Amino acid sequence: MNGGSVIEFHLDSRSGVSPYLQVVHQVRHALRLGLLREGDQLPTVKEVVARLAINPNTVLKAYKELEHAGLVAARPGIGTFVTRTLSDSTLAAHRPLRQQLQRWFGNARRAGLDDESIEALFRDCFRSTLDEGVA
Amino acid sequence: MTAVLDAEELSKQYGRRRALQDCTLSIPPGHVVGLVGPNGAGKTTLLHLAVGLLQPTSGTIEVLGSRPAETPAQLGRVGFVAQETPTYAALSVADHLNFGAWLNPSFDATMAEHRIDELGLDPHQKAGHLSGGQRAQLALTLAIAKRPELLILDEPVAGLDPLARREFLQYLMESVAEHELSVILSSHLVADLERVCDYLVVLVASRLQLAGEVEGLLASHHRLSGPRRDADSMPSDQEVIEASHTERQSTIFVRSESPILDPAWTVEEVSLEDLVLAYMGRATDARGARRSSMRPVQ
Repeated sequence: MNGGSVIEFHLDSRSGVSPYLQVVHQVRHALRLGLLREGDQLPTVKEVVARLAINPNTVLKAYKELEHAGLVAARPGIGTFVTRTLSDSTLAAHRPLRQQLQRWFGNARRAGLDDESIEALFRDCFRSTLDEGVA
Repeated sequence: MTAVLDAEELSKQYGRRRALQDCTLSIPPGHVVGLVGPNGAGKTTLLHLAVGLLQPTSGTIEVLGSRPAETPAQLGRVGFVAQETPTYAALSVADHLNFGAWLNPSFDATMAEHRIDELGLDPHQKAGHLSGGQRAQLALTLAIAKRPELLILDEPVAGLDPLARREFLQYLMESVAEHELSVILSSHLVADLERVCDYLVVLVASRLQLAGEVEGLLASHHRLSGPRRDADSMPSDQEVIEASHTERQSTIFVRSESPILDPAWTVEEVSLEDLVLAYMGRATDARGARRSSMRPVQ
């Protein structure tokens, strides 16, 4: 069924995230991790709806948003193709950053923080660096 | 573009019982419309009026720009699958396809045969021996092979198990993507339609409660919770759909085109199911209130 495409979408109906956003996120995620590369074809709208039993407009909307972001391009009558990847030069930096973060989570747990406190602290810190323009 | 369904003050009465009252509604083309409401709300009546099986008591209805079933050409543009996806038990699958081709000039026999093959159905099998899911798929195949512009389905998935339900909706959505048809389907369970419909019509107690594009409806409705507050004291641009209170807290379901800025409220997004339940609740409350306000007069 998935002729030329390399990824398959799935939906989490309990996530509270709208189906169209879930499709957008999954494409961006695959681009970031290098699962989707330039020139790859996304599943056709018909393929997606036949698999997920969702409204075709949902898929069209997701693809339009990705197109607007300059990540994919639609070739009429053929399909939608990846035009830009998100796994840029920062991919190499992921590993050491992940290790540091894991160490930090370990420290937080050893200090006695529960999951909720860790998440709250992480989010708060993330948001304040955004506000300061550090990131 | 012409509306797929245009109703003006549409009413249908059976004797003294009002099945549909003053329904004014205009549905633009290119949507999968979910017609939702409890059993007995008037969904089937509205759909039967739309396909010309019933005549209005008063008001008007147009489908794809003309009166339902007015001409053979108009009949050909609308596909209809009645409740419980009926088939002829004594006829084989192949007989159904022949019958469909004989009755409908635009019937796409190649497509229908291909679909039957895809479903793994034996053309010689009698429809009476098919499972519920297979019968539903056969009825849907016939309706789609007719190549209608508008497909109307009355509670198509109500009697199906979860797998058959999913397969039915998969094929329906695939057909929508391929043939660009408009669809109106009814259900008393909004969960069945949550992923497939992008236009919602809510009918309760023979009256239209709500109609519009799902995206816009979800964006303009909010659930507010905060310190207790009288629902009557809400700003005029926030229409209160439903409110409940405890001694200290109020939860208010509102419709508002502008964002909620009052910091006293915690604002939550709503789901399609929340939306339908709130409007159903309001309609039921209103009936109760009417009845109790009438009592002293009687």
